Amino acid sequence: MKFKHVLAGGVLAGLMATAMASTASAETLNIFNGGEPASIDPHRVSGDWENRIVGDYLEGLMTEDIHAEPILGQAADYTVSDDGLVYTFTIRDDAVWSDGEPVKAQDFEYAFKRLLDPEMAADYAYLQYPIKNAEAVNAGEMEIDELGINVIDDKTIEFTLEQPTPYFLDALTHYTAYPVPMHLVEELGDEWIRPENIVSNGAYTIVEWIPNSYIRSEKSETYYDAENVDIEEVYYYAMDDISAAFQRYRAGDFHILTDFPTDQYQLLQDQYPGQAHVDPFLGVYYYVINHNMEELADPNVRQAMSMAINRDVIGPNILGTGELPAYGWVPPGTANYDFEEYRPDWADLEYGERVAQAVALMEEAGYSADNPLNLQLRYNTNENHQRIAVAIAAMWEPLHINIELFNSEVAVHYDALQNNDFDGIGRAGWLMDYNDPINMLELLRSDIIYNYGRYNNAEFDELLRESATILDMDERAEILRQAEEIAMSETAAFPIYYYVSKNVVSPEVEGFEANAKDIHRTRWLSMSED
Amino acid sequence: MIRYVLRRILAALPVAFIAITLCFIVLRLAPGGPFDGERPLPPAVLQNVLAHYNLDKPIWEQYWLYVTGVLQGDLGPSMTSYDFSVSQLLAIGLPFTLMLGFTAFVLATTIGIIAGIIAAVNQNKWPDYALVFFVMIGVIVPNFLIAALLQLWVGVYLGWLPAGGWPGFSIAHLILPVIVLSWPHAARISRLMRGSMIEILGTNYVRTAKSKGIGERLVLARHAIKPAMLPVVSYLGPGLSYLLTGSLVVEQVFGLPGIGRYFINAALNRDYGLVLGTTIFYVVLILILNLLVDIVYAWIDPKVRYR
Repeated sequence: MKFKHVLAGGVLAGLMATAMASTASAETLNIFNGGEPASIDPHRVSGDWENRIVGDYLEGLMTEDIHAEPILGQAADYTVSDDGLVYTFTIRDDAVWSDGEPVKAQDFEYAFKRLLDPEMAADYAYLQYPIKNAEAVNAGEMEIDELGINVIDDKTIEFTLEQPTPYFLDALTHYTAYPVPMHLVEELGDEWIRPENIVSNGAYTIVEWIPNSYIRSEKSETYYDAENVDIEEVYYYAMDDISAAFQRYRAGDFHILTDFPTDQYQLLQDQYPGQAHVDPFLGVYYYVINHNMEELADPNVRQAMSMAINRDVIGPNILGTGELPAYGWVPPGTANYDFEEYRPDWADLEYGERVAQAVALMEEAGYSADNPLNLQLRYNTNENHQRIAVAIAAMWEPLHINIELFNSEVAVHYDALQNNDFDGIGRAGWLMDYNDPINMLELLRSDIIYNYGRYNNAEFDELLRESATILDMDERAEILRQAEEIAMSETAAFPIYYYVSKNVVSPEVEGFEANAKDIHRTRWLSMSED
Repeated sequence: MIRYVLRRILAALPVAFIAITLCFIVLRLAPGGPFDGERPLPPAVLQNVLAHYNLDKPIWEQYWLYVTGVLQGDLGPSMTSYDFSVSQLLAIGLPFTLMLGFTAFVLATTIGIIAGIIAAVNQNKWPDYALVFFVMIGVIVPNFLIAALLQLWVGVYLGWLPAGGWPGFSIAHLILPVIVLSWPHAARISRLMRGSMIEILGTNYVRTAKSKGIGERLVLARHAIKPAMLPVVSYLGPGLSYLLTGSLVVEQVFGLPGIGRYFINAALNRDYGLVLGTTIFYVVLILILNLLVDIVYAWIDPKVRYR
């Protein structure tokens, strides 16, 4: 083959690529959205990558603004009873499904009952447990008609709660509170979700789904705020390989990356200044302590271990993206909790001094070079988890602690944690489902399944129970703060760092505002003319 | 011939059955289940989920239900893709995987055979050395590295071809994945062809043909290429199987919608139905390809008879 043939081939391929790239209009947004969605049915989804899609095509009574704060969505307004137990919503007159059917109160009632039906087995049904009898209905202990939801007329719906719940409006922005088109679901069953059948009440409508490739949505002209929605079309791309996705961003295939390889952060800052968005995110990366182990029953041992973790180097040096060190349990920026993040006194000591004190505490507890403490540190397979585990195991060495690192894939790891089947320490993390401190603090309640380490403190439990009965928000926050201080002073677990969201956003995209929930609905975004 | 094919198919059935059974057992022995995750389900909800997928029944009954379902053409539900059945997922991904695999197969075979012949004819000259270099890269360098480098240079720096994705049928989007997938196989085929060709070129009947004054190209075409193809043909069956089953990395890196990606993700997530479905597909495919290769082999080499 002659060189000119090779050249011609290259030019042809280049022209084809250019031609294809140019088919994307200025109003098309291409998002690298992470993994393949397990579903787009709001009652079957569980991940943030699914939330991005579902939250663009469905909208609840409440929705999020550009800062992810709750605002009115399908509801025109609402009232709350004086005792904080009854919420009454009036649905917008212009709220319609994309097939022209009006959105009715019955659609919401039907959706909540579907969500809480045990047969539906929705992962996140518990988020709506503030509604009266929701938990019992979901557990199959009560008839669905006893759920605390009452349809007053086609456009009015009333929710009765178990107890005053300050984050209830926030919970209504979650996909578990979205309506489903009753007329369609009753007619088609599970097939309602097929792109050829689906209807929306949000800003976009799903028109195509190629599994393992992409989902495509188009702007819905029936949406009540359609005239202010700029982007005409959205592609949500599913890819498992973040490095490959990053290269495709560089090649111009994507406008938004919802994650990026941390080792590319410096390159991003150097070559694409201002495009990497690393922002505080409501969640904590932590290590679970197995409180059932005799060796870890001594609070001095737990405190010594916590003191020896040099959190200041983990975000900037080990992860490279500057995650904030965590000494407390409730992340900064959590709503209904106007406090500085918790810091123990020793956090302000110079690190060498902390380690010296930690060694002394361990020796007091009977551990020395001749009598080391042998523990296992379990983590699920992931490069960052491994790097952190290796670093922390090394930080514990001066304390006469021998760490056996044990990694396993995620299903095996959480199976072990849930069964309290680990000999020492286990990695975990929690991203908050709703913006309220109770969502973090409940992880340490003695009777909850997420309390992997089986931390058990009656006073802590009682404070959490008491907080649920208090209407005054400041008083409630004080009680929750007391609970956090108890748990942290006892070293119930080792918080390591507060999560950050990691997005890369092309300069073409406008309206992408940092927020603690990392929710950026496409209706608020626009594309520049450049 | 027909009896031979029928007999081979009948012999393949127990192999498929054993493969499915082994896969079923190994999956159930693996720790962790499809619904174990960071956030455990409430017990009542978990019970309903297990019942929905028949996972609350004894293992033997689960196995029986699965096998009877498969015999009726039902591969069951996926436990990680709720909106699609296993059959639907395979039906959507299969055309792409086959297209990618067969395109790479044709390219690898063509380039491999031609390169092997050229190297053999030019033994110990620069085309032969060039081939050795080509083979070295194809065999030694892992394909995920080749994929990343091509993506970076051709897709990002030069911008000549798309760095990934599949916006519907597009030759431009197929070029880099096909190159990555076919390279190691083209390298192996060329090495096989070169060795076999050198051996054939040294045989008496080729020397006799040359001594009669027949031109070298005609000797090659009439007397050398066909017999030299035998080891290559032997490789083509497993080679095509590797191409079809080994497209995982290529599909991951380039974000392509084939079924290779299902397999490892499904295994990691303990999606029993999807793992078994893809296993069945691959087992059947490999058995068919082996059968086809045996038939072609017998056609090329008359010494082989259908027995």
